[in-house]
Amino acid sequence: MSGEVPLWEVFIRPRNGLSHKHVGSLHAADEVMALNAARDVYTRRGEGTSIWVVPSKAITASDPDQAAENFEPTAGKVYRHPTFYEIPDDVGHM
Amino acid sequence: MYAQGLIGADGKTGESPEFLEAFQKRIDAEEKIEPNDAMPEGYRKTLIRQIGQHAHSEIVGMLPEGNWITRAPSLKRKAALLAKVQDEGGHGLYLYSAAETLGVSREQMTEELHSGKAKYSSIFNYPTLTWADIGIIGWLVDGAAIMNQIPLCRCSYGPYARAMIRVCKEESFHQRQGYEIVMTLAQGTPAQREMVQDALNRWWWPVLMMFGPHDSDSQHSDQNMAWKIKRFSNDALRQKFVDATVPQGEYLGLTFPDPELKWNEEKGGYDFGPIDWDEFWRVVKGGGVMNRDRIRDRKAAWENGAWVREAALAHAEKRRQRAAEAAPIAAE
Repeated sequence: MSGEVPLWEVFIRPRNGLSHKHVGSLHAADEVMALNAARDVYTRRGEGTSIWVVPSKAITASDPDQAAENFEPTAGKVYRHPTFYEIPDDVGHM
Repeated sequence: MYAQGLIGADGKTGESPEFLEAFQKRIDAEEKIEPNDAMPEGYRKTLIRQIGQHAHSEIVGMLPEGNWITRAPSLKRKAALLAKVQDEGGHGLYLYSAAETLGVSREQMTEELHSGKAKYSSIFNYPTLTWADIGIIGWLVDGAAIMNQIPLCRCSYGPYARAMIRVCKEESFHQRQGYEIVMTLAQGTPAQREMVQDALNRWWWPVLMMFGPHDSDSQHSDQNMAWKIKRFSNDALRQKFVDATVPQGEYLGLTFPDPELKWNEEKGGYDFGPIDWDEFWRVVKGGGVMNRDRIRDRKAAWENGAWVREAALAHAEKRRQRAAEAAPIAAE
């Protein structure tokens, strides 16, 4: 048999009301075994109420070398924040 | 469980001074380095080696304790030991995943463990002769590992630091369950007392060796400190461990096999005798009692499990094909 056992990324919802959060990865032949393994590896002490597994190769990631052009421009856009706007105190909380 | 100064890492790197300086700036600013970030080759290689050694240690570390699961003296002890050994397996898996983010494959790491190219903590090359060894391992071996691992939670490489946070949360249970076993035996019959003292006598020095060679003999340590892969020196961690552990042993009326061990008021810590580094290197290089058995058992587990991995992949492939064949019909 050729081929490596595929890699999966594991996401866990710690409790209802919170989103699933990436916790790590693991190898498994298919999605059923990936879920079983994720349960054993990442939830031995009540860490979650729900698990997602996603094939690692299905994830498209942004390039860290482009982090500056992707994310730095927002730092200059101060008008996107409420504190940019001067409202007299007399108006009250807004 | 695991601790040991990294053995044989080569932090050599060939990037331009400007690149290295920019990288060092990020490290100095306590910025975490993440998988796809540009990093010096030496940094990558050192981490692959260290995380790999660490993962291997967790996996090989299952063997000495697994040896006692069927002979645990009560159902409570057996359940706890099973859970602990399962945790060690889990720790190995978190760490292998962290290493894989650096571009090394699981197969390659497994192959390097089996061929002897990759090291694991040499503490696991000592045999577990009695039930008391299980208590001593939890108390001392896991205790030493915690000392070493807590600073690793702040390691500059993000995936390693995150894995270590999970590991450290779980280690505390290991140490406490070990100490409780030791305490029960220490407060038991004369034969039980003797058994636990014997185990302490055998494990004490190897445990002190887990922190790795003295700072003066520790190669590459400076670079690893600068890169914040390592946060404290081997000797500093060893001293911290001795200071924390000796009172715990004395509380139980146990003695440590070191005539030079005594409190030094001036330094606010214990002085202790010289460590036999010849023994350390002999065991690292394969001369320990259990080196051959450990690798033989790991290889056997891997080879005997091959048909399961193959069957699982074949089953996954069959399901994929069936789904593909069924899809056009369903669409009609």
